[in-house]
Amino acid sequence: MLGALAVLVLVLIGAMVVTVLIKAWPSFAHNGLRWFGPGGEVDAQTRAMREGTALPGHSIYYFRAWPLIWGTLVTTVLAVLAALIVSTLAAIFITEFAPARMRRAIEPVIRLLAGVPSVVYGLLGILLIAPWINENLISNPRKQSVIYVVQLNGANLTTGTLILMVMITPIMVAITTNALASVPSSWQEGSAALGVNRWRTIWRVSLRTARPAIAAATVLATARALGEAVMLAMVSGGSAFSANPLDGLTFLYEPVRPLAAEILQESEGLTIGALSHTLYAIGAVLLVSATFLSLAGWAAKQPLKRYGIRA
Amino acid sequence: MAGAALSPGAPPAPVRPLRESTSSWPILDRVGYWLSWATGIGLCLIAAAIVLYMGIKGLSYLRLSLFVTSPAPSLHQTQSGGFSDPIIGTLTVTAIGTLIAAPLGVGLAVWFSEYGRPTWLARAIESALEMLAGVPSVVLAIFGLLIFAQGFLSFLSQRAATGGVLGQSFVNAGIVMSALALPLVFASTRESLAQLPDRTREASYALGKTRATTIRRVLLPSIRPGMASGIVLGMGRIIGDTAIITILLGATLKNEPVGGTPVLGALRGTGSTLTSYVFNNSPAGEGNSHEKAYAAAFVLLLLVLLLNALVTRLTEGGPMGRASGAQRLRMVLLQYLPWK
Amino acid sequence: MMDPLMPPPVRRIVVDRKPYVAPPAPPPNGASGASPASGARAARASRGPAAHVRERMSLESVWLAYGENWVVRDVSLPVRQGEVLAMIGASGSGKTTLLRSLNRLTEITDGAARSGSITLDGQDIHALEVNDLRRRVSMVFQQPNPFPMSIFDNVAYALAERPKSGRRRRRTRELESAVNDALRRAGLYDEVAGDLDRSALKLSGGQQQRLCIARALAAEPEVLLLDEPCSALDPISTAIIEELIVGLRESVAIVIVTHNLQQAFRVADHVAFMHLGELIEYGPSEQVFDRPVEQRTRDYVGGAFG
Repeated sequence: MLGALAVLVLVLIGAMVVTVLIKAWPSFAHNGLRWFGPGGEVDAQTRAMREGTALPGHSIYYFRAWPLIWGTLVTTVLAVLAALIVSTLAAIFITEFAPARMRRAIEPVIRLLAGVPSVVYGLLGILLIAPWINENLISNPRKQSVIYVVQLNGANLTTGTLILMVMITPIMVAITTNALASVPSSWQEGSAALGVNRWRTIWRVSLRTARPAIAAATVLATARALGEAVMLAMVSGGSAFSANPLDGLTFLYEPVRPLAAEILQESEGLTIGALSHTLYAIGAVLLVSATFLSLAGWAAKQPLKRYGIRA
Repeated sequence: MAGAALSPGAPPAPVRPLRESTSSWPILDRVGYWLSWATGIGLCLIAAAIVLYMGIKGLSYLRLSLFVTSPAPSLHQTQSGGFSDPIIGTLTVTAIGTLIAAPLGVGLAVWFSEYGRPTWLARAIESALEMLAGVPSVVLAIFGLLIFAQGFLSFLSQRAATGGVLGQSFVNAGIVMSALALPLVFASTRESLAQLPDRTREASYALGKTRATTIRRVLLPSIRPGMASGIVLGMGRIIGDTAIITILLGATLKNEPVGGTPVLGALRGTGSTLTSYVFNNSPAGEGNSHEKAYAAAFVLLLLVLLLNALVTRLTEGGPMGRASGAQRLRMVLLQYLPWK
Repeated sequence: MMDPLMPPPVRRIVVDRKPYVAPPAPPPNGASGASPASGARAARASRGPAAHVRERMSLESVWLAYGENWVVRDVSLPVRQGEVLAMIGASGSGKTTLLRSLNRLTEITDGAARSGSITLDGQDIHALEVNDLRRRVSMVFQQPNPFPMSIFDNVAYALAERPKSGRRRRRTRELESAVNDALRRAGLYDEVAGDLDRSALKLSGGQQQRLCIARALAAEPEVLLLDEPCSALDPISTAIIEELIVGLRESVAIVIVTHNLQQAFRVADHVAFMHLGELIEYGPSEQVFDRPVEQRTRDYVGGAFG
C-alpha cells in the first residue's frame, strides 16, 4: 500500500514537469531559440501581452528573456561567490578559532538567519536598506547620467545581491562546518607536529578534504538563489532592465529582475493567453535549471563517501 | 643520571601554556585569521540587528487590537484594520499543508527505509523528492494553478464571472504547500530511521512481530523527536512562503469565503496570510502602510523563532539523546532548499 | 517452508580424521625472566655503538599536568644525537605525555600545565617560536596519518609551508631533491620511486608509517620523536622500521616510546623507565634490562606487570 503511495507521488512529480513544459511550449515555439536572447524591453513585451495588442511587427507571443536571464545570472553568481567566501571563513571560525561559548551561541544564530522568511528580508530591504543606499551611495549626477534609460533608486542589483548573500550563507555555513568538523584530528595533529601553523593546516589539509562538501553546498546555495522570488521582487528593481557592466560603477545600482521575480511580478497574467504561456516558459526554464542543479549536487556529494563524511 | 631514581618533591607552581599565539605567523595567515573572526562576529551582528530592528519597529506598531481586527481598506491605512484574517489564513494554510505532508512524508520514509522494494522505485522516489526540494516555490505554485484551474477541480475553489475556474483558494494553496514540507518530513524521518540500530528491529522480529507491527509499535515511537522536528521544519517553511500564497490565494486583504457553508466555504475562498499581508502592505504591494507591515513581519519572525526553539527542544531530549548543536544545525539546514 | 508436523532433520558431525595436536612449545632460553629473549639479544649484538654522541635536548625537573592531575613528576633526562632513547613503562606512566611535551604538542590540549625546563641546544623550547621548534623536533605518531595527498606532497608538506625569506611556497623542482633524500633515509624510496604522485592513502600500513617518518625527516629535524610507531604494524614492517631507526641515530637524536620491551631492547642505547609519572630508572639499555637497580624496574622488565 505504501508502495502504491510512492508510485502516486512519483507520478505527480512527473506530471508537474510534463504539464509545465506543455503549457510553456507555445512561447518557445513562437520565439525559437531567440527566446533566450536580447531584443527590446521585457516590460513592454509583457504589457503588450496583457493588453492583447501585439507589438508592431511581432506576434503577440514575442518575448526576449535575455534581460531576465542576465539579471538571474548576475545576482546568483555574485551572491553565491560572496556567500562562498563568507561562509568558508565563518565555518573556519566556528570549527577552529571560536571559543567554546561562542561556538554554542553561533548555532542558533545560523538557524535564525536561515529561518527568517523571505518576505521579512524583503521588507527590511525595501524599507531600510534600499532607502539608505539610495540616499548615500547613489549620487544625483549618477542618476542624471542614465535618466533617459532607466531610473536609479534603492531597488537595484546591489541591494538584491547583498540580501541574497545573507540568505544563502547559513546553508553553506552549516554544510561546510559539518565537513570541517569531520576532518580526522589525526591529520590536524600531524600537521601541527610538523610545525605548520593552524591557518595553513586548515588551508592545506582541512579545506582540501572538505572540498566536495563545499562544492555540494555551493550547488545547494545556487539552487536556493535561483528560486528566490519574493525578496528579489521587492528589492532588486522596478523594471526588467538589463544591467550594463560597461556602465562602470553605475552597473551596481541598476535595477534587475531575475526570472523567478518576474513570474511573481506578472502573476496576474498567469491565466491570460499569451502572457500565461510566457510565464510558464519562464517557469520551465527554472524547473530545468533546478533539475540540473539537483544532479550536480548529487554528483558533488559522491566524493564525500570516500572519506566517510556524511553531508 | 644513571641508575638512581630521583624521588620527586612537592609539585611546583605550574605554568599554563597559552594557545598558539598568532603574532609569529606570516602576515597573510594573520589576515586570514582576523577575517574569519570578523566574519563570525559579523554574522552574529547581522542576526542581532535583524531581530533587534524588527523587534523595535514591530513592537512600536504592534497593538493588541491588530490581532483581532479584520483588515479594512480605508484612506487612513495606518489606522484601519488589523491582521486577524491573515493570521487565520496562515494557520489554515499551515494546517492543511502539514496535515497532508506529515502522514505522506512519514509513510514514504517508512516505506523507503523498511520495505524499499522494488529498488528502482525507492531510488526514483529518493531522487524525485530531492529534486522536489530544489524546485523553486514559484514553479510549484504555477503548476498548482495549472491543475486547479481545470474544470473538474472547480469544487476546490470558485468560478470567476467569465466562467473559468479561479483556481485560487485556501485548499489549493494548502495542497501545494504540502509539496514544500514533504521533502523535509521525508528526509528527517528517513534519517531518524537510519540512525536506529538494527538490533531494535531484530529484537522485535525475534519476538515474532510482523513488520507492520514493528513499525507501528516500536520504530515510530522511537523516532518521535526526529519525525516531529521534520514536521516542525516543514511548518516553518510553509509559514514563511509567499510565492505560493500570491499565486494560489490571491491578494485579497480579507478572507472571502465562497458559498454558504461555514468551514468549507472559507476553505474554498480566497484570503491572505501573514506573508502576503506583509508583502501587500509594503511598498512593493498596494498597501503602502509600512507600520502594519512591520507589525505583521514581527509576528512572523516570532513564529519562526518559536518554531526554531521547538526544534531545539525536540532534539535535545528523547531516546536519541542530546543532539549536539552541530548535528541540529546540519539536520535543519541540509533541508533548507529554495523556498519562495 | 517446513511442514510443522515433520520432525526436524538430524545432522551428524562426521569426524573422519585424527585431530591435530600442536607439539609443546620449547622452553625459553635464558631462564631468568628478567632479560629479553635470545632473538632480541642476537639482533642487538649485530650493531655497535654510534660514532659520536652529543647532547641535543635536556629535560630538567619537568612536571606536567592535565587539569589538576600531575601526569609527569620531576623528570630529568638528556636526549643525545647518536643514540636512541627508549621510554618504557606501563600505560598511564606519563611517557607519551613527556614525549609530546618535547615538541610542545601538549599545548594543543586545553588545561595542560607544565613546570621545569626543557632545552634544545641550550635554548629553552618555550622561548622558541612553536612552529620553528616543531620543525626541529619532529614527531611520528602511533597510527600512520598520511595526508590525503600524493606521496610527494606529503613528504614535501613541511618544506612547502616553511615561510622562507619572502617566498611563500617553494617550487616543486627545488623540493624534489629534498623529497627523494627524505624517502631514501626512510627506506621508502625504492618502493615508490616510480610514482610519487600516487595518493598516499593507497600505501600499505608499514609503507604509510615509513612515509610519515620520511615526512618528519624532510625538514631535517635535529630530534625525531616516535610514539609507539610500530604498534599498529605487522612484524616485517616493524623490523624494517627498527632498522631504520638504528640507521638514523647518527644524524638525528631519537626518542622512542614503546610498550614492547623486546623492541626497546633491540633498538635503544639508553632506556628510561617511567611509572605513574615518575622516572624510576634511566641508564644504558644493557644495564636497565640485565641489572636493573630498582625493584620496580626489575618487576616491570620481568613481566610482573604491564
